[in-house]
Amino acid sequence: MTDISTAQPIDAASAPTSGQRIRAGTQVYMYASLIIVAAIVVVPLITTALGGFKTLGELRGNPFGLPVEWQWSNYTDIIISKRYWLQMSNSLIIALLTVFLTLTFGAMAAFCFAHIRFFGTDYLVNYFLIGLMFPAATAILPLYIRIRDLGLVDTYWGVVLPQVAFGMGMSIMLFRNYFRNLPSELFDAAFVDGCGYMRFFWHITLPLSRPIIATVGIISFVGSWNSYIVPLIMLNSESRYPWPLGIMIYRGEFSTEWQLVLAFITLTILPTIIAFFLAQKHIIAGLTAGAVKS
Amino acid sequence: MSANAVPSGKTLAVSRRSKRSLANSKWPVLILFLPPALLVFTVLVILPMGEAAWYSFYNWNGYGSPTQWVGWRNYQLIFRNSAFTQALINNGLIVLASLCVQVPLALWLATMISSRIKGALFFRLIFFLPYVLADVAAGMIWRFVYDGDFGLVAGISHFIGVEPPFWLADRDVAMYAILGVVVWKYFGFHMMLFIAGLQAIDKSVLEAADIDGATGFQKFRLVTLPLLGSTVRLSVFFAVVGSLQLFDMIMPLTGGGPSNSTQTMVTFLYNFGVTRMQVGFGSAVGVVLFVICVTLAFSYKRVFMRND
Repeated sequence: MTDISTAQPIDAASAPTSGQRIRAGTQVYMYASLIIVAAIVVVPLITTALGGFKTLGELRGNPFGLPVEWQWSNYTDIIISKRYWLQMSNSLIIALLTVFLTLTFGAMAAFCFAHIRFFGTDYLVNYFLIGLMFPAATAILPLYIRIRDLGLVDTYWGVVLPQVAFGMGMSIMLFRNYFRNLPSELFDAAFVDGCGYMRFFWHITLPLSRPIIATVGIISFVGSWNSYIVPLIMLNSESRYPWPLGIMIYRGEFSTEWQLVLAFITLTILPTIIAFFLAQKHIIAGLTAGAVKS
Repeated sequence: MSANAVPSGKTLAVSRRSKRSLANSKWPVLILFLPPALLVFTVLVILPMGEAAWYSFYNWNGYGSPTQWVGWRNYQLIFRNSAFTQALINNGLIVLASLCVQVPLALWLATMISSRIKGALFFRLIFFLPYVLADVAAGMIWRFVYDGDFGLVAGISHFIGVEPPFWLADRDVAMYAILGVVVWKYFGFHMMLFIAGLQAIDKSVLEAADIDGATGFQKFRLVTLPLLGSTVRLSVFFAVVGSLQLFDMIMPLTGGGPSNSTQTMVTFLYNFGVTRMQVGFGSAVGVVLFVICVTLAFSYKRVFMRND
């Protein structure tokens, strides 16, 4: 906690006396701390990417520096391999299906909870919020047996449906809060014009809900894209593995050749990193909104 | 569209009619809109949870239907299992590291980034980056970092001229190495929460403190921190709940080894229940995890987050 005390967080510039001198010192201290932490974050990532360009021998002798001779083949062999694209497209298919169903089911249910009074509304809302309380892993064995009995083991649906189910609580909560905060004049106006709930949903609620659709979509996409335990348990065939399972298999196969594993890791996280920097504002807003449940 | 456009005399008549059409349109929507969410959630979240409670009293390999009733034996086996005790301790350590290292670190960085400083956006993005990566990828990257033959720790060891350690293979050290990865992966997320919280604080309160001659530390302790209270409580809540679920990152790092020294409750569930298809035993572990999560979540919310 002492570190916090010395950080002088709040706007040292506005301190009236001798502010300038303190400020310069504080600035140096701040930048030094920020750069050190940033280095700890980034160095493992950069050395992973660079390690993929080295030979195993060089990796042993020179884990930090630039490769002496760039082994492009480590990367290109993976890029032209079928398994890499197969895993990426598996991940994409699973994530897109998950997002679509999470949005559809979640928005529809949340609409009912937000606007229609019926017996037991609040109980039903709380029922869904239970899903936020515990990890999917708690019931993973019965879930597996259920998916098996439904004949969905080793299919995309066997992964998608559990992910949708576990996303329902978050999705309904975020949608419901948003729907309720839409201006109530809209309802009055629409209802006076003789608009029923169905048309209201399609023509007023949905077009106004683009921000929340993006938020819920991002949360469920990232969750599905990165997920491990559900696919691990529901899928048997390597041809259906999404990329996090793919990394584990790859590492198992090439355990003695770190440079190939590093290249493979780099290529699998690259899409995530590019997407993050392109859409960082939305991704950060989405993920932190998913966290701050009000 | 605007209600104001309708003459007031007419509104009443129309609204009575529309009220009826509204009531009529209510049931079709409910019948169409609720079942998908209700069905998928009930069948794949609630029922399995109930079944876990039921299966936990059986010795069952998952085929046919459970017949061999064993009462509380699975639970006795769990609590007598030293690997599970280790898992409980490890989950406790993760909670501790999250609360004592990760949350303060995040708060410290958030206060720095929120003050007027050049490059704040850059640092924010960099610090948030690990959180966006998949746990499996993060675990794999750190497995490389910790590798005593090829990794960065080995490189540093060579540089300062000592034998490189194999931290992940050392049962006394492995868990602490993992704690480092946990902090690395998640501090950025908590930092973003704090930055959002700091932005919501009214600047005039801080200016008032300035005029009263408060030092930077006083302002932080007496003004910022209390006003940030609800964010801190939320952050702690996520840190605790997240710590109990750690699995994805452990698998690529150690898989729970060496000799069970890095098991968590979920890796224990996986290694002892799922891989051996001991449905009863695994379900009992799930029930224990469920009870711990729900108890903690409820009591934390009740005690600390009452007014948030």
